[in-house]
Amino acid sequence: MSIKGKAYIMGAFEHPTRDAPDKSTPQLHAECAIGALADAGLSHDDIDGYFCAGDAPGFGGLSMVDYMGLKNVRHLDSTETGGSSYLLHVGHAAQAIAEGKCSVALITLAGRPRQARGGGGRGGGGEPAPEAGFENIYGGSTHNTYGMCAMRHMYEYGTTSEQLAWIKVAASHHAQWNEHAFLKDVVTVEQVVNSRMIADPLHLLDCCVVTDGGGALLVVSPEVAKSLNRPKVKIMGAGEAPKGPRGGLDLDLTHSGAVWSGPRAFEEAGVKPADIKYASIYDSFTITVLMQLEDLGFCEKGQGGKFVSDGNLISGVGKLPFNTDGGGLCNNHPTNRGGITKVIEAVRQLRGEAHPKVQVPNCDLAIAHGTGGSLGTRHGSATVIMEREG
Amino acid sequence: MSEVQDKSAHMTRAIPAPVVNVETQPFWDAAKEGRFLIKRCTPCGKAHWYPRAICPFCMSAETVWEESPGEGVIYTYSVMHRSPTGPYAIGYVTLNEGPAVLTNFVGVAPDGLSIGMKVKVKFQDTEGGPPVPVFAPA
Repeated sequence: MSIKGKAYIMGAFEHPTRDAPDKSTPQLHAECAIGALADAGLSHDDIDGYFCAGDAPGFGGLSMVDYMGLKNVRHLDSTETGGSSYLLHVGHAAQAIAEGKCSVALITLAGRPRQARGGGGRGGGGEPAPEAGFENIYGGSTHNTYGMCAMRHMYEYGTTSEQLAWIKVAASHHAQWNEHAFLKDVVTVEQVVNSRMIADPLHLLDCCVVTDGGGALLVVSPEVAKSLNRPKVKIMGAGEAPKGPRGGLDLDLTHSGAVWSGPRAFEEAGVKPADIKYASIYDSFTITVLMQLEDLGFCEKGQGGKFVSDGNLISGVGKLPFNTDGGGLCNNHPTNRGGITKVIEAVRQLRGEAHPKVQVPNCDLAIAHGTGGSLGTRHGSATVIMEREG
Repeated sequence: MSEVQDKSAHMTRAIPAPVVNVETQPFWDAAKEGRFLIKRCTPCGKAHWYPRAICPFCMSAETVWEESPGEGVIYTYSVMHRSPTGPYAIGYVTLNEGPAVLTNFVGVAPDGLSIGMKVKVKFQDTEGGPPVPVFAPA
């Protein structure tokens, strides 16, 4: 069974806050839900499916369904893969809708990492991870585990810091037009490579922002979509894949799970990378983007450095406009999880509602792709391909 | 502060006590004696890391502890500069037996590491737990 054309994203909302000392995390989730409902023209009681991940407080989905007073929920999913969770949720929501398990699925993300540093995302369960005794003791963070990927990529393929910097430069060119962006200043390659070293070879400006906030999506059935007065964003294909060192014999830090989730999504959608007009690519770090672009097939493996150079990712300048909201590198990375904002900007592009300075002309096919966990240890990869209908 | 530390100084980092459970207790008992153990599966013959009761390659429960000289080469590394106690290096070592091991590199300056460098295990004391494996240039 395929999900192609079986569900639509009809509501999308990105919370405008980037610093929320005065709001609770459940409150932010609910505000995002309200925003997505208003965007779609749907009501609270229309929601019959709810999706959330590890950022949802307390009992996750149970706590949030009750907090928001969702009385008609008949399908609940709290798949947790870190920041990519919400991309998986889009695929899972489309499956549930295709099978008649629900018709209006709400996905929310929210959190406040700026208020309590280190209190961001969490995994599932109360027991320590099985690898904890052998890994958590070495001071691994997102910075230095992604740094290890960049170091190896440079070693194998000759990728340079200047090439990675172009990814940040492109994001900053887009962020200047986003009134809500956390960082709005356009930066140069020189500024990126001369910024403070955080974890070799990643500089401060190779890293994403830390922001409070959140977002929500509404994935609905074709019947519900038809009843709404909004441009239709049809889900065409979805793929997901976990990847890890698997006993230490499969360690390969220059490839991401996109090598599997990408082809699955492209095959289901019946399209190829060259058909994509706009790409939302998870950008926790510059290296994240480079590896995923290669693995999704936008260029040959190892050629990502050349591909992203000279503004090739800048809307109106290059061949593959990416993260036109400014992405996680400049705009927003709410509660250290960037998956939902990737889908939200793709929806804006497909609706023709991106900022005029970054809107891709005739944007009828888009991809949103992300990675949760760490590319340097184990991660969940997810790809969603969407099409504008009509 | 890390920014002003002498670049020739060798990196060290205080390491917290590891999580020990019934499945991994023999590893930590051996670590206290300075012996580095890995696990190998009897039916499929493959060594793996981190050590498990069940082989991650064939799911056999017939895995046995094996003492390893703890020698290998650096697969990759990253020196963390955003650290209040000075820079430290995290990275993977590909053991001569095959598996890759996440670790810290010690006894080397921040600019003294390279991919492919030969390294050997040693044990570092932790805060209230058994010593843990770290690697230094061989």
